[in-house]
Amino acid sequence: MSSLLCSSIGKKLLMGLSGLFLMMFLLIHLAVNSLLLVPDGGDTFNAAAHFMATNPAIKIMEPLLGVGFLIHIVWGILLTIQNRKARGSSRYASGNKTTGVSWASKNMFILGVTILAFLVLHIAHFWVKMKVTGDPLLEHTLVNIGGVDTEVENAYRLVNATFSYLWIMIVYVVAGIGLALHLSHGFWSSLQSIGFSNELWRKRLNTVGQLYAWIVGLGFSLIALLQYLFYQG
Amino acid sequence: MENNINIKLKVWRQQNARDKGRFETFKLDNISTDSSFLEMMDILNEQLVNEGKEPIAFDHDCREGICGMCSLYINGRPHGPDDDITTCQLHMRKFKNNETITIEPWRSAGFPVIKDLIVDRTAFDQIIAAGGYVSVNTGGIPDANALPISKDEADEAMDAASCIGCGACVAACKNGSAMLFVSAKVSQLALLPQGRVEAARRAKNMVARMDDLGFGNCTNTGACEVECPKGISLANIARLNREFLVAKIQD
Repeated sequence: MSSLLCSSIGKKLLMGLSGLFLMMFLLIHLAVNSLLLVPDGGDTFNAAAHFMATNPAIKIMEPLLGVGFLIHIVWGILLTIQNRKARGSSRYASGNKTTGVSWASKNMFILGVTILAFLVLHIAHFWVKMKVTGDPLLEHTLVNIGGVDTEVENAYRLVNATFSYLWIMIVYVVAGIGLALHLSHGFWSSLQSIGFSNELWRKRLNTVGQLYAWIVGLGFSLIALLQYLFYQG
Repeated sequence: MENNINIKLKVWRQQNARDKGRFETFKLDNISTDSSFLEMMDILNEQLVNEGKEPIAFDHDCREGICGMCSLYINGRPHGPDDDITTCQLHMRKFKNNETITIEPWRSAGFPVIKDLIVDRTAFDQIIAAGGYVSVNTGGIPDANALPISKDEADEAMDAASCIGCGACVAACKNGSAMLFVSAKVSQLALLPQGRVEAARRAKNMVARMDDLGFGNCTNTGACEVECPKGISLANIARLNREFLVAKIQD
């Protein structure tokens, strides 16, 4: 097993599997976020956030998610360092004129670092406040869940207040586009790395991958933008 | 239709592996656009010899695109500005009058420069020696239908077998990865019953050797496939990943 994970393909397997796991998380995250657009003062979103915070399955997944991020980041850095070394010390003076290679696929590391920088900010904005320090905006509110009035944290108010700042909205929109680019290569690439691709499936995975990437990436961007424009006050 | 052009060449010169190396520029007049790129290099070398200078060292052999000996990174692309050809199949009609052509050796940690434009590609031989063969004599051509192989598999194996081991994939790869080469060599045998027997061992040993030799990790960028003179497909890399992972998990 250790020799598998030390090999180049083994390392790519870890990158691919952690990537696929994170992509699943992004879908769930986007689904919950989309409730921010339900115009009911945030009751639906608060109910969903309450469910996510109390559901035991989600509680188990949370540390796993952290591990997934950690593996993806650490191995990404490791592989990039190795690849730089393998490229050699001298560069081509005539540059690289190979056509038909997507920009995203050549810049996955830069895009990854961009997303990581955003992630730090994002965690400080929400996760730290909701799980560690608390925030006056989170003061409990009553939400009717399945006919029962339940006291829940007002996560919506925190989100809504955060997105009232122009710079935060812009950072989130840009990060969403960066994420879309990262995923536009990442989706197909993760499956290719674990061996699930061939001549036929490559075309299919590419199509699905582009769709997934831009729906998820622009989805997050759009929610931040709409929150800023139409859900304030 | 004979047409002559004048060109300027910027060629990498390097005395040996330890030398730092530098570019030298040359002017060549009246080069026929019908001549091949390597014929142009020959003309340049004739000129250098006549001037009492040292000719430029470059790799070449069959000059018909099947031996995999020629290399050269020309104007930003391995094997120059044309698709699905080797440098020896490149013609001067692909260049404009008064164009400056930059010629560099393959550059990657796995392929150190020996002299001028020649790089050491014995790493590929070492990878093949690690398992890129069938270890028993499988005899001559079997009787038809004695060993059924589907047309699709036969085609795919043949396509993979068209790899000439020139190293353009490594030269083009931003990670200096040899995955396209190794995957073609693993695929051409894994797809056929004669090679299938040793498929697991082959994939493990060849990948281990590739990693030892300091080639990079594949990021599925696909520049290798674009620059491959034989159009080897990335689907082979997916197959290699499968073969390798299944073999390792079975251990």
